[in-house]
Amino acid sequence: MSSNLTLRASVLSFVIFVLFIAAWHIATRQIGSVATMDPEYAKLMGLTATTGKSAMPGPFDVAAKIWEHLKNPFYDRGPNDKGLGIQLAYSIGRVMLGYCLAVCVAIPTGFVIGMSPLMNKALNPFIQLLKPISPLAWMPLALYTIKDSAVSAIFVIFICSLWPMMINTAFGVSAVRKEWLNVARTLEVRPLRKAFTVILPAAAPTILTGMRISIGIAWLVIVAAEMLVGGTGIGYFVWNEWNNLSIVNVIISILVIGLVGMLLDQALARVARLVTYPD
Amino acid sequence: MFKNPFDYRNRLSRGCPCGQHESQTAHDAELRAHAVETAANVEKTYENLVAQAVLRQIFPVDAHRRAFLQCLGGSTAAAAIASVFPLATATEVFAQSGALEKKDLKVGFIPITCATPIIMAAPLGFYSKHGLNVEVNKAAGWAVIRDKTINKEYDAAHMLSPMPLAITMGVGANAIPYTMPAVENINGQAITLAMKHKDKRDPKQWKGFKLAVPFDYSMHNYLLRYYLAENGIDPDTDVQIRAVPPPEMVANLRAENIDGFLAPDPVNQRAVYDGVGFIHMLSKQIWDRHPCCGFAASQEFVKQNPNTYAALLKAIIDATAYATKPENRKEIAEAIAPANYLNQPVTVVEQVLTGTFADGLGNVIKAADRIDFDPFPYESFAVWILSQMKRWGQIKGDVDYQKIAKQVYLATDTTKFMKEAGLTPPASTTKSFSIMGKTFDPTKPDDYIASFAIKRT
Repeated sequence: MSSNLTLRASVLSFVIFVLFIAAWHIATRQIGSVATMDPEYAKLMGLTATTGKSAMPGPFDVAAKIWEHLKNPFYDRGPNDKGLGIQLAYSIGRVMLGYCLAVCVAIPTGFVIGMSPLMNKALNPFIQLLKPISPLAWMPLALYTIKDSAVSAIFVIFICSLWPMMINTAFGVSAVRKEWLNVARTLEVRPLRKAFTVILPAAAPTILTGMRISIGIAWLVIVAAEMLVGGTGIGYFVWNEWNNLSIVNVIISILVIGLVGMLLDQALARVARLVTYPD
Repeated sequence: MFKNPFDYRNRLSRGCPCGQHESQTAHDAELRAHAVETAANVEKTYENLVAQAVLRQIFPVDAHRRAFLQCLGGSTAAAAIASVFPLATATEVFAQSGALEKKDLKVGFIPITCATPIIMAAPLGFYSKHGLNVEVNKAAGWAVIRDKTINKEYDAAHMLSPMPLAITMGVGANAIPYTMPAVENINGQAITLAMKHKDKRDPKQWKGFKLAVPFDYSMHNYLLRYYLAENGIDPDTDVQIRAVPPPEMVANLRAENIDGFLAPDPVNQRAVYDGVGFIHMLSKQIWDRHPCCGFAASQEFVKQNPNTYAALLKAIIDATAYATKPENRKEIAEAIAPANYLNQPVTVVEQVLTGTFADGLGNVIKAADRIDFDPFPYESFAVWILSQMKRWGQIKGDVDYQKIAKQVYLATDTTKFMKEAGLTPPASTTKSFSIMGKTFDPTKPDDYIASFAIKRT
């Protein structure tokens, strides 16, 4: 039954995909009206103006360009023109650095907040205030105070992926069942041991959910941050191709950003499955 | 120029951006060969300059020198003098008057043709000729380039010529003493309007337009305001002027978010190339030979690294001198169009640099001075810019025009280095000019401001 469902779902997915591509192809195929022009003049103009070609690329243009990128993902033609693979590596590196720092700070802090109702009440207004701030709002402040654009980008990742993890950790820790804590108390388990052997395993699924939300946010933020600071990374690539009004490359970057985001999310989902337990 | 496609021996490949070479490597090799050649030429200039000085010392009377050369022959004479005076070493010492404090530099730029000298100096080898290893870095916008130079991530940068003045005075940023030892380009901007306005060629019909300029502290802003005000349109109340980064301008024009812009190239030409807009007028029709962008560095950098600064400035002056020659423009267009620099189709950059361009209305226009390159930072340019900042209320109160102009636009340094590079700098560091028929006297900026009907003072 379930294999049957999977099969039907994948057929449906495929049909949706084909319909989408067909609609896209038809939408971008039509040729606009073209004014007759002097050949001397036409030589100086782009394809949109001379042949009426749609400014929006069709699916086959995109596929051809993807193939070109795949053939040579790691080229390096100077500081402002690197292959898609190198750009992705830079972005993932930045995200990982900022994210790991955030993990190091958020989980211990979340523990403290979760275990102490006093801290929870005291810190809550700050967290609620800082949580909804857009990453780009942090950027000018970071650039101004840190005075280094590379570190600023990492800082922005850090500050944005901090809150969901902290809140989830605090929630997970405070929601550990009373019975388990009472058992630990009757056995006279010391606080540190209680934290690691009782609370941590019990709160792990919630903590990992927080980490999963955070990695998604970190990946969202990096594109915006790199568009601002420039230099390297997938965000810079999008910006640079936008400069050239190359919609093909912008679409490809969108696909790649989506793909990498999905992979990061799936990786954490897999870890989350390892720590879940039946109640 | 192009290979015969009907000849079986010719391989037709599109391996390089210009289409004349088989591969990117062959293309680069030729560019490099060319760069070495130009480098050798400049070396020759220095050599001659030094030899001249030496000969003048040996033979204070020119007739004696000529007699000496006549009886020995030029090359023998050179060898004879070289045996007692190390000409080669002297040339080297002259060309590089002191040890460089810093060899690896980062220079920031915005991908527009105004940055041509700064960009092309990298692929065409002008920096390396002066012993510098410069990495040119593309920045996302004017605010970013300002912050990155203030943070010292960039040692020097491409800036709009009002920016160093604004930074020095602390307008729109913290006050940091800044310098602009060289203008990069003159002219080279244009007003582009959306295709739907092709019948509204008179600015009096522009009421309610949304117009874009690249930055608040830009020549574009001041020129557009000047042009509108001269035509009786108040730039603050009759139209809306917004700052939009150049890369976003064409996209915004296509989306009809704006009606037009006064922007740096290649943005204008790109709008034409994509059939989105037409070129209403070139900026040289407002003020011929107006400055636009400059090469800027903090005063701290200039003071701490005098030799590096000198070498950098010489490289820029050399590059500017090379760029001003019309016969080099095609080669430059090919060198700076790839993704590493401007990231634009070669034909767009070529139309800007050669001045033979499509105007978007079906005409091919030839204006060889559409953009030109002249490094000399006249102090009167700075005074005019300050007068406009005051006119539009960006700065308030009394301004010591001449002092700020002298402090930021290092015209004396430029004069010195231009002489050393074998160029003729202008005799005076100020000049009077006329904008739309109205003469500007740099000694009386306040009277000039008072003479306008539309102003915010």
